[in-house]
Amino acid sequence: MGKRTLIDRLAILADAAKYDASCASSGSAKRNSLSTNGIGSTEGMGICHAYAPDGRCISLLKILMTNFCIYDCKYCINRVSSNVERARFSVDEIVKLTLDFYKRNYIEGLFLSSGIIRSSNYTMEQMVEVARKLRVEHNFGGYIHLKSIPEADPALIEQAGLHADRLSINIELPREASLKSYAPEKSGAVIRSAMANVRHGIESRQPDRKERGKARPPRFVPGGQSTQMIVGADQSSDNDIMTTSASLYSGYKLRRVYYSAFSPIQDSSGDLPLIKPPLMREHRLYQADWLMRFYGFEKDEIFEARRDGMLDLELDPKLAWALERRERFPVNVNRASREDLLRVPGFGTKSVNRILSARRHTTLRLDHIARIVRSLKTCRDFIETVDWHPSRALDLVTLRDRFVPQPQQLQLF
Amino acid sequence: MHHVSLSSETDFDGWRDAARRLAGQGVPPADIHWSGSTAGGDDLFAAAASAPEPAVPDHSAPREVKVPKAFIDMAKRVICHRDPARFAWLYQLLWDLQSNRAALTDPLNDAVRWVKGADKQIRRDVHKMHAFVRFRKVGERDGREVFMSWFEPDNRIVGLTAPFFMRRFTGMDWTILTPDACASWDGKKLTFAAGADRSQMPAEDAIEDQWRTYYASIFNPARLKVDAMLSEMPAKYWKNLPEAELIPDLIRQSSQRTGALLSAPSTDANIRSSRMSNFFAEEEAIEINSLDDARRAASKCDRCPIHECASQTIFGEGPADARLMIIGEQPGDREDIAGKPFVGPAGQLFDKAMNEANVERRKAYITNAVKHFKFTPRGKRRMHQKPNAGEIDTCRFWLDLERKFVAPDIIVTMGATALRGVFGKAVALKDMRGALTQLDNGTRLIATIHPSYLLRLPDRQRAAEEYDRFVDDLARARSLLLSDAA
Repeated sequence: MGKRTLIDRLAILADAAKYDASCASSGSAKRNSLSTNGIGSTEGMGICHAYAPDGRCISLLKILMTNFCIYDCKYCINRVSSNVERARFSVDEIVKLTLDFYKRNYIEGLFLSSGIIRSSNYTMEQMVEVARKLRVEHNFGGYIHLKSIPEADPALIEQAGLHADRLSINIELPREASLKSYAPEKSGAVIRSAMANVRHGIESRQPDRKERGKARPPRFVPGGQSTQMIVGADQSSDNDIMTTSASLYSGYKLRRVYYSAFSPIQDSSGDLPLIKPPLMREHRLYQADWLMRFYGFEKDEIFEARRDGMLDLELDPKLAWALERRERFPVNVNRASREDLLRVPGFGTKSVNRILSARRHTTLRLDHIARIVRSLKTCRDFIETVDWHPSRALDLVTLRDRFVPQPQQLQLF
Repeated sequence: MHHVSLSSETDFDGWRDAARRLAGQGVPPADIHWSGSTAGGDDLFAAAASAPEPAVPDHSAPREVKVPKAFIDMAKRVICHRDPARFAWLYQLLWDLQSNRAALTDPLNDAVRWVKGADKQIRRDVHKMHAFVRFRKVGERDGREVFMSWFEPDNRIVGLTAPFFMRRFTGMDWTILTPDACASWDGKKLTFAAGADRSQMPAEDAIEDQWRTYYASIFNPARLKVDAMLSEMPAKYWKNLPEAELIPDLIRQSSQRTGALLSAPSTDANIRSSRMSNFFAEEEAIEINSLDDARRAASKCDRCPIHECASQTIFGEGPADARLMIIGEQPGDREDIAGKPFVGPAGQLFDKAMNEANVERRKAYITNAVKHFKFTPRGKRRMHQKPNAGEIDTCRFWLDLERKFVAPDIIVTMGATALRGVFGKAVALKDMRGALTQLDNGTRLIATIHPSYLLRLPDRQRAAEEYDRFVDDLARARSLLLSDAA
């Protein structure tokens, strides 16, 4: 077997990286290259430079350093027992690839992950070296996301955090029992304590309020940390998944939890179901996640009427919740608090802001709302304006039917 | 009717001068006809306005025209829109702002809606230009790499986007060509020129093959969602994206590729995996012969369910031969993150009291009755939950080992949980407070309150009194140690 070309290896190591959902490049420190005369900037909002036909944004060069791995996680294409082709990039190859792509404006930066070779520390050292070279030797100001190896020495994570915008560690499966059976070498405790270290690193470098004006400590992971869970590989319910999310958000100040519908992989293990990725389930989990982070919902509220612990696939979780809690509606858009407006199905955070703004100028009618929100269809039965009240709609047993997508009529063939 | 002809299609200063003058004279929006440059001047850099100043009736002193800053920023962007009505709508909004300073916050005002809508389109256009410009390398000049790009934005936004490319691609020379205008950067200066066509673009760049390989490989055929792609990357952009030529084939082959994955039989495990199995041989159970052994063993503790959410075991801290052991309840949020006992708010109060009682923390062994943090998530915080009796009793296993190996002369328990941790059964703190209790092994025990109790007391007077009692309890431990030593 001759040495593979760079392009061959890129094909293997990008393919191996595509099961990571995150491609975010937002929310890091603002910086540019005017003072360094280098290449790269981050200006708050990340940019999606392309979209693949799977609808996913391509913002970062998302690759593995190597897909050799000594672990045997059943859901993973790179597990040691898999027969996929293996490849490896050198540190310098990754640095050059990143700069070549960046200078052509293909990407916002690098998302580097890796299978574990030799040892956790060795692997992490190599990844940190990529970040260091980019930052220090090439004045690279673009975005760097490193997938840290939880078992690695905290001193390495420390160094990684000084160069990287974001660190992530994937928890992958929500329950300890699932980890034990499907990722025997991984440990939830080790992952959580690694996340704790990152939060500790971030918080211990935040300048004290009293010490403002003094030299700022060096930035540490300004884009925060994130994680990912696989949906549909094990038997965990949506409630199990969101319970873990709630615990991780509150404990480690994660910027994001990503949900990744389990996707069939090449050379799959016989231990896991071969299924089409449960994309709708994944979508509902993201919606529930948003409700917790931006709409003031507690996880238990979302699941209080879901006896099997699964979200409604037909309706979005806010609408499903509102149909169970009709006594809280209609909400008077001219008087209700922001908190109550955020609970109205069909109102997003932007609509709520516009309503609060508009009602300072005038008393709102239904046609005003129509001009503010995307559509009245979902919200009208849950709100009250000076000229509109849903009257009996909220008492109708059949109210749910208005929202459930209608089955499409079959066509004669 | 007033006719205003600006020097170019994006002549913000000209529009602003005219609008300020007309609004100052009280000329209503309906009486003005605006136009961008006439023949030939359809770009940023047309020669200065040749149109004569419109005659304005000068029958009164001009009014002062004021606007919020947000309006100016927005107007600078909206002037780059291609809709010929933009000048008039901006003027209408300026007009409305004179009678209602807060008009911008009224989402129901027509001019606000139009201008904000146009602004949103401009910002999207700018964002897409930031995203979809693709540079090709032309060569090198004076040791700097030189790049070029051809792009066709919807609106006249080259002037709005060029600073972004300058800040990002400072270390290389580049030119962006568009039909309306071109921008160049040479490391020192941003310059603009008239519009161009794509003929100046180099035909290819070797790196594009790598990029196309990446694009094809990062795509997951099992998740095909063409509409989602099209809504963010409409086909109108495809002609200047080197990766776009792959899209039709990737879509066409996706169902077949997914089908192949779903129907593939599972294969035998790779030979490497058996070699690896020794690598992860079960770690031997730790035999506990010292405090360090206990600490190591405790780090893997899963004797009760609390460990499933906590980050780590927070074992005691301090010298193994400490004469004073202080036992608290359980680690809190801060302790769970830092990996050390008593570093959070209660820990800080504890440190303060220790100082006042003149007890050196570093000479004492500080631990908790329960070694993992128990909590319920509430939004962005973790709310402390009291460990239940079963959990305290399970965790006694570790506390007993700490007591055995440290063998302190004095134990101070803080709070009821710590008391249960020592005695293994419910003991009322109020029955123990103030007394010196002799334990079976000769160790003497002082029971006091937990410092977090002080933080929860709403009455400041009461809290101050309780704090003093707490300091007294710690001081009593010190004087006992001193009298033992004497």
